[in-house]
Amino acid sequence: MTFRVSWKDTNKAMMPEISLNVLDVAENSIRAEASLVEILVTIDLEENMLKVQIIDDGKGMTKEQMAKVTDPFFTTRTTRKVGLGIPFFKLAAEATGGSFQIESEVGKGTKVTTIFKLDHIDRMPLGDINSTIHTLVVYNPQTDFLYRYTYGQESFELDTRQIKEILGGVPLDAPEVSAYIKEYLDENKSETDGGAIV
Amino acid sequence: MKSLEELNAIRNKVKGRVGMRAEDENQTRVVVGMATCGIAAGARPVLNAMAKLVADKQLENVAVVQTGCIGLCRYEPIVEILEPGKEKVTYVHMTAEKAEQVVDQHLVKGNPVVKFTLGAAEK
Repeated sequence: MTFRVSWKDTNKAMMPEISLNVLDVAENSIRAEASLVEILVTIDLEENMLKVQIIDDGKGMTKEQMAKVTDPFFTTRTTRKVGLGIPFFKLAAEATGGSFQIESEVGKGTKVTTIFKLDHIDRMPLGDINSTIHTLVVYNPQTDFLYRYTYGQESFELDTRQIKEILGGVPLDAPEVSAYIKEYLDENKSETDGGAIV
Repeated sequence: MKSLEELNAIRNKVKGRVGMRAEDENQTRVVVGMATCGIAAGARPVLNAMAKLVADKQLENVAVVQTGCIGLCRYEPIVEILEPGKEKVTYVHMTAEKAEQVVDQHLVKGNPVVKFTLGAAEK
């Protein structure tokens, strides 16, 4: 069955930013009971590429599930009959002449790699990636996250394992901690990409 | 680059606070739907607004959490309020602006904002 959708319609109505797709796919990793979710965002100006990788150590998918994961009418949830997160992410990357890859192994985890062509006219903006990371980190204290943002030669990391070690039991959603994490993400991103709008 | 140094000071400050909130059955839970449908409909700003309002008003007994697909996707963003001993209240088509009214009327004053609920929307 072919899934034909007007790209402009989905872009405007659904997920106008890559950061929202990242939030969505990372939620899959959390539901798969991952203990560590790695989110790697790399902007390579020389290669004209924006790469997003979401790697988890959750329960993984069977071969049967893997065969259907990019089908919008396949989902493992019971509340609805559609699962749009992965198909939309794939569409978004491929519309720019980029690529989408998903690998998974039961008991090991799942890895999603998307590559977007930076200068393609249909490339969605990265958007508010810091808000996505902040939301994931603060509202999922039972899961650890390793976030790395690379722009050209510069990069920075946020590792919740380090944060939790320092906090010694203080919850991540304590207002001061939550605000601090947002500041940490905002300041470091600015220093890494010089305030570039991606 | 900002480092994690400041976290040490924050930890000491928070630990020194008397009466730290603990997870218990007396907590009111504010549950925000964050599946693909919710995210696409604008749940992230609603979650952030609810969390900020609860923190600003220092509502100690309220926990803001997120959940997956609730199954009522056309009503997203959805916020469910679960108060111990009371029936669940489901708010639909939520926005950051509506969040302010809900926190003030429902969480602080105890009067659910009926016009924002699922019941009102279904009529």
